[in-house]
Order: sequence, then C-alpha cells, then structure tokens
Amino acid sequence: MTRFAMVIDTKTCIGCGDCVVACKTENRVPDGLNRDWIVEATQGKYPQLTTEFRSERCNHCSNATCVTLCPTGASHHWAGTNIVLVDPDMCTGCKACIAACPYDARLVMHPDGYIDKCTFCHHRVGEGLDPACVSSCPTRCMHFGSLDEPSSEVSRLLKTREYKVLSPETGNEPNVYYLI
Amino acid sequence: MKRREFIKVSSLLGAGAAASPALLLGGCAAKPLPGTGTVSTTPTICDMCFWKCAGNVYKEDGEIWKITGNPDDLHSGGRLCTRGTGGPGAYLDRDRLKRPLMRVTIDGKQTFRETSWDVALDFIADKMKSIAATAGPERMLMLNHGAGSSHFRHLLRAYGSDSHAEPAFAQCRGPRDVGFRLTFGASASSPERTDMANARCIVLIGSHIGENLHNGQVQTLAEALNNDVTLITVDPRFSVPAGKSKYWLPIKPGTDMALLLAWMNVLITEDMYDKDYVERYTVGFDQLARHVRDYTPEWVYLETGIKPDVIRQTAREMAQAAPATVVHPGRHAVWYGDDTQRSRAIAMLNALLGSWNRKGGFYVPEKVSLPNYPLPDYPKPKARTADAYPGKWPFAGQGVTNGVIEASVGDDAYFKGWLVYGTNLPQTVPGIAQQLEAAANSLELVAVVETMPSEMTGYADVILPECTFLERYDDLRNSGERHPSLALRMPAFEPKYDSKPGWWIAKQLGKRLGLEAYFPWNDYAEKLDWQLKQVGSSLEEMQKIGVKNFPRKTPLYFRDGERVRFRTPSRKIELYSKQLADKGFEPMPVYTPPDPVPEGFYRLNYGRMPAHTFGKTVNNPLLFQLSPENQVWVNPLVANEWSLKNGDYVRLGGTNGVVSNKVRVRVTERIGPDSVFMAHGFGHKSKRLRLAAGVGADDTELMGNVKVDPIMGGTGLRASFVTFVRERA
Repeated sequence: MTRFAMVIDTKTCIGCGDCVVACKTENRVPDGLNRDWIVEATQGKYPQLTTEFRSERCNHCSNATCVTLCPTGASHHWAGTNIVLVDPDMCTGCKACIAACPYDARLVMHPDGYIDKCTFCHHRVGEGLDPACVSSCPTRCMHFGSLDEPSSEVSRLLKTREYKVLSPETGNEPNVYYLI
Repeated sequence: MKRREFIKVSSLLGAGAAASPALLLGGCAAKPLPGTGTVSTTPTICDMCFWKCAGNVYKEDGEIWKITGNPDDLHSGGRLCTRGTGGPGAYLDRDRLKRPLMRVTIDGKQTFRETSWDVALDFIADKMKSIAATAGPERMLMLNHGAGSSHFRHLLRAYGSDSHAEPAFAQCRGPRDVGFRLTFGASASSPERTDMANARCIVLIGSHIGENLHNGQVQTLAEALNNDVTLITVDPRFSVPAGKSKYWLPIKPGTDMALLLAWMNVLITEDMYDKDYVERYTVGFDQLARHVRDYTPEWVYLETGIKPDVIRQTAREMAQAAPATVVHPGRHAVWYGDDTQRSRAIAMLNALLGSWNRKGGFYVPEKVSLPNYPLPDYPKPKARTADAYPGKWPFAGQGVTNGVIEASVGDDAYFKGWLVYGTNLPQTVPGIAQQLEAAANSLELVAVVETMPSEMTGYADVILPECTFLERYDDLRNSGERHPSLALRMPAFEPKYDSKPGWWIAKQLGKRLGLEAYFPWNDYAEKLDWQLKQVGSSLEEMQKIGVKNFPRKTPLYFRDGERVRFRTPSRKIELYSKQLADKGFEPMPVYTPPDPVPEGFYRLNYGRMPAHTFGKTVNNPLLFQLSPENQVWVNPLVANEWSLKNGDYVRLGGTNGVVSNKVRVRVTERIGPDSVFMAHGFGHKSKRLRLAAGVGADDTELMGNVKVDPIMGGTGLRASFVTFVRERA
C-alpha cells in the first residue's frame, strides 16, 4: 500500500480557512457542507496563553474502521493506497461509517444521497498535483506526499520535526500529521 | 449527456442544492471528478481586497469552477488567500446589482425603480453639467475605494474636478503614510515594503497579520517564522501572530507610544543604535536623545504594564538583529488621534536601528515604467480637495473623507454632487449616519457605482451596477514592490444581468459630458494593448500569461555608505521634524495617556478576520459559509460579571447611545478584562444583502469617542467604549 500523508505545520498555520474554501470550489462541495475545517485550541489564562490552529479532515487511516465497518463496501481504499473513498453508487447512506470514524470526518449526507468526505483530492494526486487545500495555503504550512519515499518532503519533515497525530490510541493509524 | 446536465444543476455554487432536480435522478449516481469536462483558464487580478494578486479563473464546461493563484506572480507568491479563493462567490452572488436603479417617489414613499442605462446616464450627466455651470466642476466630489476607481477619477479630472477622498486614507493607513513621509520622505507603500522574509527580528505593534490576510505580508511573515525569526508582538489581545511570537507584550490599550519611546530610550541609553546610519542619514538625534531621556522603562511600565526588563530585553533583541529588524509600520493605523505621531515613532525607531532600506528591514520598491496612453491634458482644476475644509489638517496630502462629507451638508455646502465608487461609507466612517443623511438631502446628485447593494446605495439618486472583476478589464497592475511586474485583469465571462464594466460606464458619461477626446477607445483592451506594446509586451501575450515580470533597474537596498537624498526638507531622515514644529505640532512624538474607561464600559477593540474584506465580502455565498457572523470576544471574568455564556446573543451599547444589532458572545482568554473585540464589517442593514443583513454587529456605529488626528484628519477608531445590553429571550 502506498502511504500518502498530509503534514501540517501548526507553527505557521494561521487558521485562515483558505484550505476550506479551496476544497469547496475544487470539489464543488454543496452549500452548508465542508470536507475540511479549522480547529483553534487555546490553553492557559490571560496573559499566559498558547494557541494552536489545525486544519482538519479525514485522516485517511491505514487501518480505517470506516472501511472495515461499511456493510456495502462503498468505503474503500483507493487503488492500493491509504486514500479512503466512498463509492456513491454503492453507498446506501446507512451512516455506519460516521459511527465508525473516530474523527467525525464524514459529511452527514451529500444532497445526492451518499456519505461524502475528503478524498485527498485523489483526482489531483493521480496527476501528480497536491490536494487543493495544500496548494492554496498562503503560509505553505501544509505538505503532501508519499511516506514510502524517504526523500519526500513529508518524510523529511517527520524525520526532522516534532509531530503528533490526532487520537493515536484508536489504532487507526491516521495519516494526517501535525508539526508542533 | 444527462450526467453533464446533472452536474451543472446540482453543483453550481450558491444553488439551492436540496431543491435541485438532481435528487429526482435517484441519488447515488457517481459524479464525474472535477476537471474532467472541458476546462479553460483566464487570467485575472483578484478584486476581493486591495492587494491585487494575480490568478487564473478556471471554467469547466463554460461554468465557473475555481480561481487559483498565478504561479508566475511574485506579488502573491502564486497563491491566493481565503477571500481570493472565494472569488467565484462574488460572481455568483444572487444579490448582485443587476440593472440601473433610480430613486422615485411612489405614493409619497421613496423607492428604487429599475431603469435603462440611457436614462440613468443622462440623469447623472445632466446633473453634472448643471453643477459645473452653476457651482463649478470642482464641487463634484469623488469618494472611492479599489482598483476600478481609476476610470472614474479619469472622468472627473477630464470634467475639471480633482476633488476626491478615499476612506483608505483618513479611516485607515493615512497616519502611517504621513508619519513615514514626514520622517523618511517616503511612505511605507502598498504592498508594504517590509523585507520580512530576510528579517531576523520582527516587531508588530497591534498589527494582526494572519487575521488580516494581506497576502504578501502573510507569506513573508510565514517565511520569517520558518527562519526562526524573533517575533515580538505588542497587542492587548492574544492575536494570531501573538501566538507565534517569542515575546508577546500584552500592553494596556492606547499606551503604544510610551513603549515606542521607551525602546528608543533603551537603544540610546545602552548605546545600541546604528551610529553610522544615524550619523550619515538623520537630523535631530541630539534632540531625540534628550526627548526620550525621561521615558525610562521603569516609568513606561506604569503606563503600559510591560515590565522594565521585558522592555530592555526586547530592545536588545531588536538591536542585535539590526539592521535585519522590521518594526512593522502596520496598515490600519487610525487608533487614538495621535496616530501620525505614533507612526513617526515607529519610523524613528527603524531609523535608530538602521533598518530603512537595508536588507531584512525595508526595501526600495520599484515599478515598471509604463507610459500613459496619449490623451489631452486635464483642465487645471480651480480648487484642491482641501479647499473644502480650509486650514484643517495641514499634512493630509490627500482628501479627508470626514472633512469632505462635512463639507457636503446643507444648501450652502461646498460640494454639490457625489460620485461614489466601491466604498460603503456608512460602515466605514464612524458616527456618519446623520451626516450622510443630511448630505444626501442637500446634494444635487448622489451617484453610486457598485457591484452589490451596499448600505451606501441606499443614499443614491442613481445606482449603476458594475459587473464584477471577473467580467471586466481594468487598468494593469503596476505596484511598486520588490519585483516589478505587470498583471492583467480581463473578462472571464460576459457581464451578468445588465451590469457593465466601469471603463464603459465612465466612457458613456464622458460622451454625454462632451469629453469624448478623453475616451478614444471602443474597448478598454485597446488602451491596455497600446500600453503593453510600449514595454515590449502585448495584450495578446498578457491574455496568455497574465503576469509579466520585469528586471529591476535600481538596487533593492541602500549600498554600504551610499549617499542618499531623502525627500524631506532637510534631505535627511527627520528625527526632529521642523515641518511639524513650524505648523505648531510636536516635532517629536509625545505620549498622551488614553481616556479612562467609564464605569461599566469596556474598550472597543476591533480588527479583521481572514474570511472577509471589511463588510464587502460578507454576502459572498462562499465566504459567508466560512464566517457568517462576527462574535464579541469577552474575557471570562467579564462574562461572569455579566452572566454571559459562550454562544449567547447580546447587544452592545456605545457611549453615543447607539445599540448594536445582536451579536454572539465568544468567551475567551485571548482578550483581557478591560476590552472587548469584534471583527469589523458585520451588522449590515441593507435588506437587499440577503445573507449578510442583520447578522452580527457593526463596530463603526458604536464609536462614540472618535479622536481626529490634527495633523492629517484621521479618525481615531480605537478610543471608544461599549457596554452590554442584554438580549431578551
């Protein structure tokens, strides 16, 4: 399995939401729904404070419970990669995947009647492009690439910087990393 | 084929998806992937704010798909910000102005009625002719914002009026530009000439880069952070850059001047200033040294709340990194009415550090030398804008919005007519509602050119609907900056509805005013093509590439020991300003404590949010979804005192008696207990903005303690106070 990862630097993320809008236009995400979003985590008391901004989305887990638990096989890993997709033709909208996702990263329901989510812009990845969110980010805090290639930017960043993933205890092996 | 239609209907942004026929097709048909249809691109210059980033507009099967940055554009680093990415929403907004509107009275009630372009343009031209004949053309005033203004400034200058004002001056960056000019003989420019990518120390004074998305500024600050710059942020609020800083100085609001003077005191007392630079380029150092002697860190601590050792330590950080230290000039600088002087203090601090026009400090901007299209000379105007408010604000240098509005009220008012382009005065100039209404009653003409039914359009006799930036040519972008370049805005689509490009509207008015000679083009493309051919390009080439970069002809920084003549009276950097002293102002900045907070009130702090450009973009369907309302930030102690919970709605009351629209409470430690904060631009009252109307609160109307800068007329907007007015359930 080719492991694609997104590495997001919280040191330079400003929470501007460009990634959210870029995803909406690129993927024509319907009104009122988003495939990615911004989290702001502030800790401490005035004036002893820290703030972290994170751009969050589907973690495209290597061990994806949403894939395992989908009763129809609509949720699947794309073409020998960790990219998790939903086949709208096979999706019945039963929402088992929503219950199975520890990150609450699935859209409740696309108006066309299926569960929608981040695709890591696999249509761009197939052409060698970064996902729309990564290529729009004005601070260039988002990076994308293959963890199987030791020389890729994402591999290099994870080798040289401190990082975390969200809820590692789930055992889902998420592939969105946050540099801290 | 069916599948293609299905996409068109269900995925069009802004379309009511739930009601779309797509559902009838039975739900789960796989959608074609984005970009698998017929895709074409058209270059543009973004008009979502004033930064002018170059981008490419993508169409798929003839419908707008997305806008992305032009990779060759060094001005924007090839990337658009949130608002630029949301640009398609401006084109698709269902509330856009669609046809010319005229004010009519029906059954004693005023309303707007759709009319033809001919009727609307004839009406404006007739009024302008009458004003020129009876009062003189200079009594016709232009109020404007944005790149498209140039067509109408041209029209008015051809007509004989150079009278104009833009809130970008007296309600925004005016004091900064005047303060820097008084000191260096040059402004901080737009885009700002800060060399942050090469800086080793950056000092932000109340500037929240990252919450404002001035694209090049955000990108170079991020680069600096990647280079482990020492970031020092002075802000009473824990802003986004404060959270990325090595030093956050949570200063008491309104005391920045004291801190700046203390920093100068430390640099001089500890002998850490750039002696060679100061000696070579400045005048007035000895006076400055004496002037700042009493502003010791110990004394300043009592005013600012910033501990003496922190003041010293941060000054040392600046000096160690100098000249690669940027004490950032900021942009929105109208705070407390002494803003020109504060901007001067910032400029002077940079001078002591030797960072002006040195690597890692500031650079020397350069433009492409682009010839003007050959046209007849403008008639010499009989008056300057400042003649409308004689004796006031001697260093303004350009029109003062608040001054010209005041000079438009009453039957004997100086100004008789207004042409308003792209600026929403009711949400821009504080405490202006009554004056605007009075002016609208006495003026012979109020014509508004707009894309959206902003509050300003409500004061108009005639509203002319301009098409959006995606449907028109405008002038080439030629900003003074690090890398000279030209960029093209061209139509990606035909104008929607009955909207028209600004250049066309100006030409039609020109024709009616007998000014054809100033508008010799049938299409603005001809004018742009001529200009481009003078510099070795052409419209045809630019339509393909969008951006053309040109080599620099001048050095980016001062060379070591270079002799420089500054554009000041002394030809030096003026630490002591004889110009100011001669007009009765302080020659060096003096600290004045801010007004105390009235019992039960809080300081009203406001700023930008990344999703919006003032109030201009709130109705944009893409950006509205991201940030539909502003929130009032409240410290938990204050929330407790007022029994406010996170997410509650509350109203705010100003000392001027104004009560705001309801606004959601955000309880957060990111603001201290003496202030509240909200993003500017919300609380729209124009019902024709169907998304934005009535959502959130408008900070501007709450400002009851506006301090006007006597040097240049800027309206100090940070000196006001608000209290809470509980929302009844």
